[in-house]
Amino acid sequence: MLENFEKELLKTIADISDLPGAGAFNIRRNGESAGRHSTENIVIEPKKDKPGIDIKVMPFTKHEAVHIPVIVTESGLNDVVYNDFYIGEGAEVRIVAGCGIHNNGDCDSRHDGIHRFHIGKNAKVTYVEKHYGEGEGTGARILNPVTEVFLDEGAECEMEMVQIKGVDSTVRDTKANLAENAKLLITERLMTHGAQTARSDVVINLNGDGSSAQIISRSVARDTSEQIFYPRAVGNSRCRAHVQCDSIIMDSAKIRSIPEIAANHCDAQIVHEAAIGRINNDQLTKLCTLGMTPEDAEQVIIEGFLS
Amino acid sequence: MLELKNLSFTVDGAGRDTEIIRDVSLTVPDGEFLVVTGPNGGGKSTLARLIMGIEQPTAGQILLNGRDITALSVTERARLGVGYAFQQPPRFKGMTVRRLLSLAHGSPLPEDVCCEYLTNVGLCSREYLNREVDGSLSGGEMKRIEIATLMARDLEIAIFDEPEAGIDLWSFSVLVKTFKNLSKRKHKSVIIISHQERIMQLADHLAVIADGAVADYGTKEEIFPRLMNDLNDSCGFREG
Repeated sequence: MLENFEKELLKTIADISDLPGAGAFNIRRNGESAGRHSTENIVIEPKKDKPGIDIKVMPFTKHEAVHIPVIVTESGLNDVVYNDFYIGEGAEVRIVAGCGIHNNGDCDSRHDGIHRFHIGKNAKVTYVEKHYGEGEGTGARILNPVTEVFLDEGAECEMEMVQIKGVDSTVRDTKANLAENAKLLITERLMTHGAQTARSDVVINLNGDGSSAQIISRSVARDTSEQIFYPRAVGNSRCRAHVQCDSIIMDSAKIRSIPEIAANHCDAQIVHEAAIGRINNDQLTKLCTLGMTPEDAEQVIIEGFLS
Repeated sequence: MLELKNLSFTVDGAGRDTEIIRDVSLTVPDGEFLVVTGPNGGGKSTLARLIMGIEQPTAGQILLNGRDITALSVTERARLGVGYAFQQPPRFKGMTVRRLLSLAHGSPLPEDVCCEYLTNVGLCSREYLNREVDGSLSGGEMKRIEIATLMARDLEIAIFDEPEAGIDLWSFSVLVKTFKNLSKRKHKSVIIISHQERIMQLADHLAVIADGAVADYGTKEEIFPRLMNDLNDSCGFREG
């Protein structure tokens, strides 16, 4: 049984408020499974040698979703989990992950999700991952996700990775390898406040002809928080890639943005854009002329920017 | 009714005071459609910004329906029914046209109402509702959306700062036809800053602002011939 505050956490990170009645899911709570269900086309099995699960999606599965959220509510827990996804040829699936930490104690709570995606030929994956922290304790809420994606010929993957708020420290490590005609879109949205720190390293290797990738990173840093972004696109073939980092800086925050593009093939076309700046005064004034207070206007601008 | 009484605005530029607005007094009664014109740099936009509260006057008073609003903030004036369509509207990453119109209106707008506002300013509504008000829109599109944000509000006084700028001639002529009726339906009084003859033709009164002061004021029948003479006499007054 899930407690009410646990249900709230699940709703925030995975849009479900209880164990789902149907569909494939695995809910991990404080390092243990709180419920698991496979379907005919999506099989979830626990790993035998280490913590984590294998998720196998049968070839040509359509219109199905898997929910694999994690919640950590025990202060001082250090949870590491290895999840491997095997997406069969031609399958189309939506994966909802995410982690919520509720820490009311004085010890650090930490979750490291190590995800590997093997996406078969012409398969399409939509992946949503939301990170969120809350609780009154002085213990930190730490999330260090490692994501590795292998895209087979013609495979497509859209990844939306969001850090809502309340995560004291995060180091994100994302790698992707694209075969011929594979397509990847990563949208990263992140907000830090207080004295939080965030680092995100992304490496995309475009190995196959006709492959394409887009990384869109948007962040807001408030108070004394610090962020570092290091997205890299490496073109090893006739490919296209676009890296875009856009940050709003506020208060006494610090942001470093270091997009890197590399071409090892003369037909690689790679572009990057990066911008850091405070909220534009005209934007605030405009919203005030619609009757909003400056504080509300600021909130509306940030919400839009991170939407 | 809006009343400006002996309004002045001085800025400290390069160690000496520069008067941008000099002792301007103007009254815009209910139901009035006032067009403000005059040379670039004459102080028209500053006057609009003073009325909206974006700038604070160094002397004088602004009254709305008899109430002194000179010391009120932009937010407070907006809530009393003052609206201002920017000459160069800012762009917002991640905000849809529909959300902006709803924010302007003060509550979520149904799709069909949003569509009507957009159609009225010459935008094909279905295409635009969920588009973001960001760098992907052209200057002309931004201006039309800006006009629509004022049309989504019931205002005591609506100020449009060069609404025609950046809008192509064909769309502009369509816009002019509906502009006065539309605005009169939603707004008690209207001030338009414009250089366009066709917009001036809509005016009940015209005010010419030059060198920070009211250089001329009257009905369009009175002002127009004088304005044309000035144009013929010297090129200094002519602009796009």
